[in-house]
Amino acid sequence: MPVFFENREIVTPGDLLAEGGFDAGRNTYKIDSKIYACKLGLVEYKGRTVSVVALNTFYVPSVGDLVIGKIVEINLHGWIVDINSPYSATLRASEVFNKPYKPQKDELSEFLSIGDLIQAKVIAYDRTRDPLLTIREPGLGKITHGQIVKVSPAKIPRIIGRKGSMISMLKKETHCNITVGQNGLIHIYGRNPEDERIAVLAIKKIELEAHTSGLTDRITEMVSKERGSDK
Amino acid sequence: MSKKIRLVDENGIRTDGRKPDELRPIKLEVGILNNADGSAYIEQGKNKILAAVYGPREVHPRHLALPDRALLRCRYHMAPFSVQERKSPAPSRREVELSKVIREALEPAIFLERFPRTSIDLFIEVLQADGGTRAAGVTVASLALADAGMPMRDLVAACAAGKADGYIVLDLNDIEDKEGEADVPVAYMPSLNAVGLLQMDGQLTPEEFEQAFNLAIEGCKRIYALQKQALKAKYLAIKEAVEEAVE
Amino acid sequence: MTSTTISRIRQNQIAQLIASNKRLDGRGLTDYRPIQIETGIIEKAEGSARVRLGKTEVMVGIKIDIGEPYSDRPNEGVLTTSAEFVPLASPEFEAGPPGEDSVELARVVDRGIRESKAIDLEKLCVIPGKKVFIVFIDIYVLNHDGNLIDASALAALAALTNTKIFKYEVKDGEVEIKPGFEELPLVNFPVAVTLAEIDGKLIVDPWLDEEEVMNARLTISFDKDGRICAMQKGGSGTLSPQQIIEAVKIAKEKSEELRSLVVKKS
Repeated sequence: MPVFFENREIVTPGDLLAEGGFDAGRNTYKIDSKIYACKLGLVEYKGRTVSVVALNTFYVPSVGDLVIGKIVEINLHGWIVDINSPYSATLRASEVFNKPYKPQKDELSEFLSIGDLIQAKVIAYDRTRDPLLTIREPGLGKITHGQIVKVSPAKIPRIIGRKGSMISMLKKETHCNITVGQNGLIHIYGRNPEDERIAVLAIKKIELEAHTSGLTDRITEMVSKERGSDK
Repeated sequence: MSKKIRLVDENGIRTDGRKPDELRPIKLEVGILNNADGSAYIEQGKNKILAAVYGPREVHPRHLALPDRALLRCRYHMAPFSVQERKSPAPSRREVELSKVIREALEPAIFLERFPRTSIDLFIEVLQADGGTRAAGVTVASLALADAGMPMRDLVAACAAGKADGYIVLDLNDIEDKEGEADVPVAYMPSLNAVGLLQMDGQLTPEEFEQAFNLAIEGCKRIYALQKQALKAKYLAIKEAVEEAVE
Repeated sequence: MTSTTISRIRQNQIAQLIASNKRLDGRGLTDYRPIQIETGIIEKAEGSARVRLGKTEVMVGIKIDIGEPYSDRPNEGVLTTSAEFVPLASPEFEAGPPGEDSVELARVVDRGIRESKAIDLEKLCVIPGKKVFIVFIDIYVLNHDGNLIDASALAALAALTNTKIFKYEVKDGEVEIKPGFEELPLVNFPVAVTLAEIDGKLIVDPWLDEEEVMNARLTISFDKDGRICAMQKGGSGTLSPQQIIEAVKIAKEKSEELRSLVVKKS
């Protein structure tokens, strides 16, 4: 049962990753008994499963995902939200108001207008219809302060880190509130613009070096160096 | 009767110093435009071609959307200054045909069924042309698609072969394309052993065609290796730089 | 970009039959549909022909005019081919500027004629560097039931065989038309053969439903000496190198059959 690459080696679409009794994991496909990569990324051999961690990708919604989006349109039923995905999402009025929505009485744009940013959750999505969002849970809703950083959605797992280790370290070291949207948008709210700047710098560095090892240490080092230069 | 130009000399050396089975020098760069979802640039001999991908994104106009897969739209376009005699910016019939055959070379590579009701818009801009632009266009477009994170069965490499002064030659330049006896552009996916683009113009016996075709496939395989290198290059450079700094 | 109007049942039917080397209309895998060729049907054109390939119907008209040569070929006549997918020919055809399919069709048919040097363009030079004959080949698709390329190429060839150019005299640098006609200097007879790939098999002359189901098609044009002068792969699928070599062999044989319908051996 041969494998043709080393774990975490960079592979490209069409690379033959393994042959024999393997299962096709994420970003791979199978023809007969051969497993091929379908994206540029790092190959991972875990037991019988071969998958590729993509280096760049676009966001495909998954139910339960936390996302950050921008209102782009208002219609009779609610808002259309750009969530940095091939598909626009819908936020129905019923997912915003606690009482029944009356189109003649309630003015939607008074609550959320075009250009507003929101933190929302994906509550429904399948191949036949566009994703649906809600902002009814605590912590969700309109974003009124702080800044937004955009990264490739492929890097989000690395920014969160194993068991949230990277993101916890960042929050602690920069004293910022950081909310990571699965769709590649990250909301940063700090005590002052300088703290926010350091957080943005750290996130951008993680994005660039996500495929390397020893990253957590380098980021911690970078952040303390930046803080040190404040004094 | 116009005097015929000598394309290959008595030692088998071509007008640009190459041997019959030599490719022109190729330079590939990936991820050079930051607005596009994916982008790439190729220089092949004097060809300079840029490719950019937007998508998958919602289809405009809506009625063009396909219910079960993504719509791949491709625009091959030559800049007015790309050729000796200024070319009008309006799409020519040749550009319309090439946009179609290039699209048909790339469609089989992409898992279009994964993104119903969206469009993937591919733009190929020829900044300077010197023969073989459709093949170079497929090669660079393939990299732009991979750069965008499009799920693909394989990269598509393309190369032309043909006949000049009786020799079967690889990767025809402009003068060989215009004055030679035949031109056979081919696009190929090596992992699938599949040809997605094949055209021919000129005059070849079936045996000569087979020779030229096989040579073109060989050229595609060499270009495929260069494509893989180019995709990895950026990330390998970063990896080397940071991991070595630790030591 | 065509909508898949063909039903799944029909698709399976076609695929199953082909797997056992049969087709829906009873043809063998390498058989053409019945072909009818008529020439000289449009008197106002300098040459014309109509081809019926099964139910596919294409008309080609040839018009001759005097004009300027291309700057890089000052002593040669000019050949220009265009195609129109007339809206009445199919529910899929819309009125308007040529779409990519009709542009491709015209260019593939043109390539076969041009690269085989079928017309001796040097004989069409009237005043070197100034005036030459222009040959307009206009392909008019009247009914689309599959394989427009082969039908169009055949109609173009047939039309060229009965094309007459007017006699002329050059007086004081001006071209004067004289009574009488000459035959167009036609020295080669290119023929296009299109194969489609369905489920691993190659079939010749796909009709409309087979075209909807096929993975890819390959058109190969041969001249009278068996040399290939044009090729075009079409469709969103792929062909293996082995299939391509096989297709060339099949097409060569079929091209000789088609040519004999247009050109009687003298």
